[in-house]
Amino acid sequence: MTEQRPDPDRLLAVLERERELATRGRLKIFFGACAGVGKTYAMLSAARQKHSEGAQVLIGIVETHGRSETAALLEGLTLLPRREVQYRGHTLTEFDLDAALAKKPPLIVVDELAHTNIEGSRHRKRWQDVEELLAAGIDVWTAVNVQHLESLNDVVGSITGIRVHETVPDRIYECADEVSLVDLPPEELQNRLKAGKVYLGDAAERAAENFFRTGNLIALRELALRRTADRVDAQMRAYRADRAIERVWQTRDRLMVCIGSSEGSETLVRNAARMASHLQAEWIAASVETPGMAGESEARRARRLQALKLADSLGAEVCTLTAVDAAQALVRFAVSRNVSKLILGRARRNLWQRLLQPSLLDRLAATEHELELVVVGLPRRKIARETPPQRLPIRWQGYVWAIFICVATTALAGLLLSVFDLANVVMVFLLAVVGVALRFGRGPGALAACLSVASFDFFFVPPRLTFTVNDTQYFFTFALMLIVALVIGQLAAKLKFEAVTAATREHRSIQQAELSRALSAALSTEQIVEIALQHLAGIFHAHISILLPDANDRVRPAHEARKDFADLAVAQWVFDHDQMAGHGTTTLPATQARYLPLRAPMRVRGVLGILPGKDTALDAPEMTRQIEICIGQIAQALERVHYVEVAQDALVTMESERLRNALLAAISHDLRTPLTGLVGMADTLAARQPHRAPEREMILGMRDTAHRLVALVTNLLDMARLQTGRIQLKRDWCAVEEIIETATRQLATQLAGHPLETHIAPDLPLCKFDPVLIERVMVNLLDNAAKYTPAGSTVWITAKLARGMLEVRVEDEGPGLPAGSEERLFTKFERGASESAQPGVGLGLAICRAIVNAHGGNITARNRPGGGACFSFRLPLGEAPDTEDMETT
Amino acid sequence: MTSNTHRILIIEDDPVIRRFIRSSLEDEGCEVYEADTAARGLIEAGTRQPTLLILDLGLPDRDGREVIQDIRTWSQMPIIVLSARTQEHEKVAALDAGADDYLVKPFGVSELLARVRAQFRRNAAPGRDDLPVFSFGEITVDIPQHRITRQGEEIHLTPIEYRLLAALIRNHGRVLTHRQLMIDAWGPGYAERTHYLRIYMKQLREKLEHNPAQPQFLLTETGVGYRLQS
Repeated sequence: MTEQRPDPDRLLAVLERERELATRGRLKIFFGACAGVGKTYAMLSAARQKHSEGAQVLIGIVETHGRSETAALLEGLTLLPRREVQYRGHTLTEFDLDAALAKKPPLIVVDELAHTNIEGSRHRKRWQDVEELLAAGIDVWTAVNVQHLESLNDVVGSITGIRVHETVPDRIYECADEVSLVDLPPEELQNRLKAGKVYLGDAAERAAENFFRTGNLIALRELALRRTADRVDAQMRAYRADRAIERVWQTRDRLMVCIGSSEGSETLVRNAARMASHLQAEWIAASVETPGMAGESEARRARRLQALKLADSLGAEVCTLTAVDAAQALVRFAVSRNVSKLILGRARRNLWQRLLQPSLLDRLAATEHELELVVVGLPRRKIARETPPQRLPIRWQGYVWAIFICVATTALAGLLLSVFDLANVVMVFLLAVVGVALRFGRGPGALAACLSVASFDFFFVPPRLTFTVNDTQYFFTFALMLIVALVIGQLAAKLKFEAVTAATREHRSIQQAELSRALSAALSTEQIVEIALQHLAGIFHAHISILLPDANDRVRPAHEARKDFADLAVAQWVFDHDQMAGHGTTTLPATQARYLPLRAPMRVRGVLGILPGKDTALDAPEMTRQIEICIGQIAQALERVHYVEVAQDALVTMESERLRNALLAAISHDLRTPLTGLVGMADTLAARQPHRAPEREMILGMRDTAHRLVALVTNLLDMARLQTGRIQLKRDWCAVEEIIETATRQLATQLAGHPLETHIAPDLPLCKFDPVLIERVMVNLLDNAAKYTPAGSTVWITAKLARGMLEVRVEDEGPGLPAGSEERLFTKFERGASESAQPGVGLGLAICRAIVNAHGGNITARNRPGGGACFSFRLPLGEAPDTEDMETT
Repeated sequence: MTSNTHRILIIEDDPVIRRFIRSSLEDEGCEVYEADTAARGLIEAGTRQPTLLILDLGLPDRDGREVIQDIRTWSQMPIIVLSARTQEHEKVAALDAGADDYLVKPFGVSELLARVRAQFRRNAAPGRDDLPVFSFGEITVDIPQHRITRQGEEIHLTPIEYRLLAALIRNHGRVLTHRQLMIDAWGPGYAERTHYLRIYMKQLREKLEHNPAQPQFLLTETGVGYRLQS
């Protein structure tokens, strides 16, 4: 039983996936074996169907290829106007991504997923446009042929003999929410072709000869069917795993493909990708840099990087190892990463190569390990003659020194011969060779070895001063000397390579450490930018620009950038999408510089622009790694400073809040004291009931005005208190009936002329709010009810529970609210009737709203059905208070 | 406030307020003394032996609460404090220190006179603290016997309800803060659990008040406490 329960991590992953899917648009792919099977037709028919069901469908771009039936389907559907692009004097049209994003339709149809956009478009490929549409939450329908799938590209190419350069990464296909296979038997397709329904005119025949051969079509159809079947299979497996129908297979396969610089590396990578997706396994693409590759030709290096890049785009984890022995390094790495299968290619090699250099495969086979080796035969292609590999710059001094030392040794040996035996003198030569090899490397070492042998033979081995050798045992001496010299030379060269690598690594880590030290001392964003610019330019030998977002998340260069460099639009895109773009990437590749997001743990903090110099290889693995590390450091420093600023802001806010409160308290005191005097004196005078009528009137007027002034000042001060800064609530558990009680008591005189009906639900729980402020709301509402209704009309107060909130309602029988003013009433200085005779400046309801909103509640006004106004406010109840030991004593 | 003369001391720094309080109280036949600082006020209070003190909480020289504590060391005279409206904590502190009632500035003369009269009435009741029977409205409370009746009909109260009522009766006419009531009814450990008080006051009103929604005797002082008004 228990083993059938789904793994919690897996469930979490499923939830995560579902949440991601909820915000993303859904992708449906109409998948076909080749052009002409009717994908576009099927897609448009489906779109029409949707349209007729009332759904909103936008046709982003559709190529009808002049087929009238297809064009007919477009009628009645909304078409997105195409973007016009000037390209080499021609006006071309292209899918308008920005317009589509701006329109934000629920569903958009974008034909030909594999299409390559015209240069100067935002993305190089249409599938990237589609990704952006999906990310914006737009559903996309699109169409693609089997030969355009990246991992099948080779296979299809070898079947049909025609290579397609427009490819779509497999992950797009695999992540599609729905794939609809559009199938047509080969004969029918050929009939359609003959009938001119696929291409028109001469093109049709040419195409038929080349591509639409029955054999080709059958193979393509099979590929398409099988690919669809694979997908169904994978879906089934995912379904079973999610619901734990059978025990989840815990150990996952991990594959590793070893990439060299031979011609077929890309085929090898594609093979590995297919295998990995078949096995649902993670895979790693590894390449080893060895001393022998130090002088690697530019073309070979580019090929290797290209293969690594391809692997990356097909979903592999890419890494580069540095080692002297490739086989050992690969095995060690594979074991440490829990890899079960190693995939490598086998190129055909001639006899000579096989004898001299054991292949990686042979060496791997000779190494002890438990890995499964999968060997992929690589096709042999006509290879254009390569430029000979570039060697390390030859240091002539080394050779000159070698000759010089040999001469000196010969002279020394001549002197020594008078004292020592010939067998010992040989050792002097050996010493010289070792010395030269150690100091000047392999080449000079080998030269020294040859020269030493020759000189030994010529000058010392009898017969002297000829190369003739009488005693055959000297041949053994020569051979030994030569071998020792060469072996030592080789060793020395390896040593040197490792020393150089170590030095480079150390140099890099020193640079990194310096950057990190400088960044950790930085206290402001400006400092970080300055430090980053200074250090990065040195590390990458490139122009650097840093762009930071402003308050509205628009990125701006944070320093004086070169004018031709900072491309704000690209940087903004990078910032918004958290993906790199620009030079060397597939998004906006026409841009001069490359832009990378400065991604910190919480969010993207800015954009780094790199304008590479002439010999900066941004794609070299070690460079990529270095860039990543630097970016991480800068982003984290930016985030740290950001939070320091936030904390400082909070301090400043607190201080200003304190000041404001002190100020308000002072003003409040200073205003209230004279008012108290005024009101009191007026009251006293009025209470004495002066006999003369005009005097009495004046005194009464004075008293009323004073009272009004009090109300006004109270309101103004309250509003000031509520408006400036945060409202500080002193929440307590309160009974709303007490608030109603005190409010009505306070307004006893105003409400004297109105019958008051109070309905309080009997089982009303306590509610957590600030009693003084809520009383103020109640007083204001009741005061309004008294002020704006004729004497004798009833006022109702109701308190009850409504949808988990406390609702209090004040209703009256007055003239009601002017239609349409229900919302406006709550704004400041707004009153029901603009020139009302009633005193007041219309702050009362604004105060009510501010208070209720601060409690997380809401307040509304409406007219009662039977006439009169109804104001009601709702407050959240809060968690029930603890009443455990209320009656313990 | 009719027959015997009351001596009232006003400690307030604003002359206008002093003036109108004085004149309205003199109209009622009281003898009125004034002081504009706390120091002066304490001297006046010691020499004049007033029967009631009106004290402004915003005095320039001393905190009003200290003045109250000072006076409470030697006198039980009723003290009414004057405070600004929004300073609830100030009022509560003054009441906790021993003040009997409070008035919020700005206040009207009628309000002032009502509060002053209430305090005099409370003091006039002979032997007010050990009165065996106390009644308000239709309710009669027999304190030695713990018996509460409405028109002869007995009302049952829980022990806590009774203690609460007894505390209010002992201090009738005075404002009792939440804290004071909690300590009286539950004990010092419960001073912060004011929601107990709300629940019991509700029950008490339902048992004793004619219309619990508009109580006549057990009155709420928002944000401060309760008062029994007889």
